[in-house]
Amino acid sequence: MSKDECKQVVLDIIAEIAPDEELSDVKPDVALREQLDLDSMDFLDIVMELRKKHGIEVPESEYGELVSLDSCAEYLTPKFNALV
Amino acid sequence: MEKYDVAIIGAGMSGIAAGIRLAHFGKKVCIFERHYAPGGLNSFYAIDGRKYDVGLHAMTNFVKPGVKAAPLNRILRQLRIRREDLNLSEQKGSRIAFGEKDLKFSNEFSLLESEVGREFPDQIDGFRKLVRDVEGFDDSRIDYPYESARARVQARITDPLLEDMIFCPLMYYGSSTENDMDFGQFVVMFKSIFLEGFARPFDGIRGIIRLLLKRYREVGGLRKMNTGVAKMEVIDDRVERLILDSGEEVQANIVLSSAGLPETNALCSEKWLEDSDGEPGKLSFTETISTFAKPMKSFGWGEEAIIFFNGGERFRYRSPNEAVDLNSGVICLPEGFDYPDDNAFSEGIARVTCLANYDLWRSYPEDKYRAEKESWRPKIWEAAKTFMPEARIDYAKECIAFDMFTPTTVERYAWRMRGAIYGSAKKYRTGVTPVSNLFICGTDQGFLGIVGSMLSGIAMANAHALR
Repeated sequence: MSKDECKQVVLDIIAEIAPDEELSDVKPDVALREQLDLDSMDFLDIVMELRKKHGIEVPESEYGELVSLDSCAEYLTPKFNALV
Repeated sequence: MEKYDVAIIGAGMSGIAAGIRLAHFGKKVCIFERHYAPGGLNSFYAIDGRKYDVGLHAMTNFVKPGVKAAPLNRILRQLRIRREDLNLSEQKGSRIAFGEKDLKFSNEFSLLESEVGREFPDQIDGFRKLVRDVEGFDDSRIDYPYESARARVQARITDPLLEDMIFCPLMYYGSSTENDMDFGQFVVMFKSIFLEGFARPFDGIRGIIRLLLKRYREVGGLRKMNTGVAKMEVIDDRVERLILDSGEEVQANIVLSSAGLPETNALCSEKWLEDSDGEPGKLSFTETISTFAKPMKSFGWGEEAIIFFNGGERFRYRSPNEAVDLNSGVICLPEGFDYPDDNAFSEGIARVTCLANYDLWRSYPEDKYRAEKESWRPKIWEAAKTFMPEARIDYAKECIAFDMFTPTTVERYAWRMRGAIYGSAKKYRTGVTPVSNLFICGTDQGFLGIVGSMLSGIAMANAHALR
């Protein structure tokens, strides 16, 4: 999995969680919460969907790694690649 | 013995919402409901081919799409349901009617503000400051300390009539405490009723319940109706097993109970609730549901949804000495909403709610109970009518169907002690009990109303069974 593919996985999850959000021009280096109407419950759901759909575990202490698409990609890509 | 990840007690709004969250994320969850019907305190039924709602007057917390952090938008996301599927129609308008003064309000807050300015010109500055206090309060905090709402309101509003008029809807919709309430709870109710608003599906609550149950089924949730939990064996501060009404035993890693705080405590083999916390709620109500051959608009009562009334010297929200307190109450007219054109009522419905004395109603033998209901029926109508526009309704002739709940009805069908629909005065806001795998959701966790109770189930499931 590449970092770009990883970003798309995260965007797909956000699309499912918040179908009313406009995702077409989300800036990868800006905090997701600043661009989209996502609260802590939504972030919990991103974590839960990563586990459910992809078997990826994100400990609570590391939720901060998911602040932007870029940081998601940095943090999650190795986890995806460790699964195979 | 069947074993679940989570057992949920109660198939009401909070239980089903919790179940949806848990099943969606792969938990093996079963909802146990003693009644044959879902919905709990917000259920539905039919008599003589007419459909009725048990609890629904209007759904509070109505906001338009896109309002950040509003509870309604949050639950839509958390449950993965679409707004359109709720089929909500907004209220036409409501009113707080205290005889000498009327305050209209609607889903546009500016109406209430201008009404306060009109009826209480010397209070409008204080009212605006109160609204800012409400907006500035962080109600996401679970553990804020108790503050008297009366004291906070009196710091801004110096006219007791306006103070009472503000409290009346917030208490009826609803408070579990007499006379005063926690300011945090005041904020939640103020937002849900005044800053947000009222809406209702044409078909009442059944559409919402069916939507939730469909979603719950889709995500693999299990549900057993006519299957109450009779007892929970608590060993070393843990629920080891649940014993059902049938005697069958089941196990669950976690139990989430929407049965109420004292009710849940009563199920446990080891009791954990302090006596002071364990008092069942003091507030209970009667509600009359009168059906007329013509829609209410033919009597000139088609433009209002909810009327909160008081004719007493001061508004008194407490358990009355009489069986029914006619001084104040709530009139609900299901027609008063902007339904799509093809949804029209062929008959008129008027619901009237008043404070009631549980002990008196409980004491009546069956025939006296029925006679008392019939005796209060015209008195309740007369009391409510005073606050409505002049109408030529010959109640005795034009009312073609009638039903009436008393506190004992609620106790019988929802197994709530003393018929306390708003639960105990004590709320367990974190949902945590001294039993390590037993948690509370619903009314006694503290969130109220249809949206509130769904949010309660969601929040408690998220916090205690998903991490």
